[in-house]
Amino acid sequence: MKWQPPPPNVQYAVTVIIGVLVIATIAVIVLKKSHPDRNYRELDSRIRTWWLITALFAGVLVLSKGMALAFFAFISFLALKEYLSLIPTRRADRRVLFWAYLAIPVQYWWVYTEWYGMFIIFIPVYMFLYLPMRMVLKGQTDGFLRAAGTLHWGMMTTVFSLSHAAFLLVLPKEGNPAAGGAGLVLYLVCLTELNDVAQYVWGKSFGRHKVVPVVSPNKTWEGLIGGVATTTLLAVLTAPYLTPMNHRHALMAGIIIGLGGFMGDITVSALKRDLKIKDSSSMLPGHGGILDRVDSLTCTAPLFLHFVRYLYF
Amino acid sequence: MNHFLRYLFFVLIVRPVILIILGINVRHPDRLLAGMPSIVVANHNSHLDTMVLMTLFPLQFLKKIRPVAASDYFLKNRCLAWFALKIIGIVPIKRRVSDKGEDVLAPCSEALAQGHILIFFPEGTRGEPERMASFKSGIARLAEKHPDIPVIPVFMHGLGKALPKGEWLPVPFFCDAAVGEALYRSGSRWEFMQQLDAAMKSLASEISAAPWE
Repeated sequence: MKWQPPPPNVQYAVTVIIGVLVIATIAVIVLKKSHPDRNYRELDSRIRTWWLITALFAGVLVLSKGMALAFFAFISFLALKEYLSLIPTRRADRRVLFWAYLAIPVQYWWVYTEWYGMFIIFIPVYMFLYLPMRMVLKGQTDGFLRAAGTLHWGMMTTVFSLSHAAFLLVLPKEGNPAAGGAGLVLYLVCLTELNDVAQYVWGKSFGRHKVVPVVSPNKTWEGLIGGVATTTLLAVLTAPYLTPMNHRHALMAGIIIGLGGFMGDITVSALKRDLKIKDSSSMLPGHGGILDRVDSLTCTAPLFLHFVRYLYF
Repeated sequence: MNHFLRYLFFVLIVRPVILIILGINVRHPDRLLAGMPSIVVANHNSHLDTMVLMTLFPLQFLKKIRPVAASDYFLKNRCLAWFALKIIGIVPIKRRVSDKGEDVLAPCSEALAQGHILIFFPEGTRGEPERMASFKSGIARLAEKHPDIPVIPVFMHGLGKALPKGEWLPVPFFCDAAVGEALYRSGSRWEFMQQLDAAMKSLASEISAAPWE
């Protein structure tokens, strides 16, 4: 198969992202120079990890559809592995967990072949029925419900939900020929990540009133509202270039991504509180683990896919 | 030629499996002393333990790293013996003394004399997954013979979940390895074993292990 360059607007978008990272990197260098007494290690490693993520993500998006889907599948694999390593599991279910991992390439194969019907039922129906059946056949009933329930929740979050971001990639190009599916993926992923940053910055600057103090003491109403407003503004401004959406729909998409990102974030926070841990792992320096990075996306990806798909595809 | 095969095996199979399929969180990797002979002492749950410990060192030291392994298990047939000796590079030792006065640890001393890094599992066997059995005192005798060589305790968690004894199918899990401060033998055998035990317990407490029953 001959390599095709990505649609023009995707190329522009990638350029803009790299530009933003360059500015951020310079800003950190200037900060370090002007306050040599302060410790910027956390910020430093955070930026470095952002460069790595961007390089990988943009790289596979430019290379080919297959590579991009393999990349998403790998992210699902890392997220599921992290999840299964954190939660209590039963010795008897070792083989069952192996089957759960095998579901990842299969799920992304449905995306690759653009078989929407199978993509949308494979995990909620077939895996939902198959994995508990394997557990039952092992014959250990102690902790069965907890094992089956936690495994299914993990599959839905790390495999099913994340594969929705990948499905954007195979949506027909006709929606916005200048951007195609890759444009939608960039739109979703960038807005979700920027939303995280915006909520953090607004919260740090003006945060007074806590939203859910028990789950996540750093989340404030000021951060949430400021973040959602910023995300929505950016969503409306960039929609004509990257998506087929009109202004009204882009406004709704921005609110969905802003609120969805918040929900995904605090859901993973609740999970970590329940398991009594801080970061899901130390895999990404400055960010914590994979789950900490994709937490918002597990919520925004399915919401956004179904929103645009219902309206335009 | 042989070293080339060994290198290929570690670059193409061991490192990708350990770092990508499994993934390890290492605590205090700086406490490993790569450039000099040492005895790395770890708990043993899985065949993967050796691979993880060997992966903790930079690839350039591969030649020097020698897991100490039971000859009755790893040399039981010719194929396995070739693989264990030439590819993994084990130092084979006997688990039982056949005639009195025989020094079963002599091959270990030889390797240390050559400047090698030994990997030692004082439990003697993999045992029950994710349960640490009490350490046998052979390590104290080895340390007594080499009081100037650092003994570095490493506690690993999760590998017994990924590939327990008696299973052939590895299942991916993130694993933890916590490296402790170097110990040197001084005082009695019993005191050294107490020190080692305390070090392992404190390393184990650094790791938050998810329940596995």
